[in-house]
Amino acid sequence: MKIALSNFDKAFENRIRLQIMSVLVANDSYDFNSLKELLDVTDGNLASHLKALEKEEYITVNKSFLGRKPNTRYMASVKGISAFKKHLESLENLIKQQKS
Amino acid sequence: MHYKVLYMDDKHLYDEISSIRLLMERSTKFISLSGLSGVMAGIYALTGAGIAYKLLYISDKTEVYRIYYGNLPMQLFGIASAVLALSIATGIWLTILKAKRKALSVWNQSSKLLLLNGIVPLLTGGGFVLILLYQEYYGLIAPTCLIFYGLTLVAASQYTYGDVKWLGICEIGLGLLSTIIPGYGLAFWAIGFGVLHILYGTVMHFKYDRENSTK
Repeated sequence: MKIALSNFDKAFENRIRLQIMSVLVANDSYDFNSLKELLDVTDGNLASHLKALEKEEYITVNKSFLGRKPNTRYMASVKGISAFKKHLESLENLIKQQKS
Repeated sequence: MHYKVLYMDDKHLYDEISSIRLLMERSTKFISLSGLSGVMAGIYALTGAGIAYKLLYISDKTEVYRIYYGNLPMQLFGIASAVLALSIATGIWLTILKAKRKALSVWNQSSKLLLLNGIVPLLTGGGFVLILLYQEYYGLIAPTCLIFYGLTLVAASQYTYGDVKWLGICEIGLGLLSTIIPGYGLAFWAIGFGVLHILYGTVMHFKYDRENSTK
């Protein structure tokens, strides 16, 4: 059990952070409003989790303008994708251990 | 006590994984396409083909004659356009309804990608058909419609249900077959846009729509 948990990523302990990462790994990039709608969370909540992931350098942020509206797009970084994969592997290991 | 903790962990684990899967799918695929709109499009197409048949062939009791007269191509073009417009309108309407029922937005990243990827083969096909019409290559119009429609579906299928790809491949096959066997354009058109749509729409309705509405 302890071996599996060693790969368990603290950054993904929070459900919403893990969900954000799932979306960004599956897509080239995703914008703030679409993420908000998809995950059904508030602006502040989403922003704080995005900040946390940005601090870990798991995601990169690209700010631009669409006309006058700000359009912030998020992308998973190489570091973030590998961390996400490791986290999934550890979840997989946990399941395997529980089955045996 | 110990077992209870393990059980909670277990449930949490499966929840976590299923939420990841759901989000990866929901963020990349447009899942509000309505199966019923496929059935309706098929019915419009069959009705259109029926009217076209009436215009093309005059039958008395013993024999069927195929006739061509002045503005017949334009009339057929009008029927095809009406079928297309009705199908698109019904498709959009039912898709909006389905999205509302599932509390999803219609205009999101995946629906944009769906349209963006489908529009190139679709407009190319549409332009090509107009050129064929202008050059009076009438025999090639039905196969061209089928082939380019099939290519559109295959290109767009990446962003919605995988079943759409198989519908596309069937349309392309039918289009090629229709080019090999000339003279049956209307029949192939009716099978491709009528029968296949009804079959596909029924399968989709029972596979995705019904299962979700009972939840």
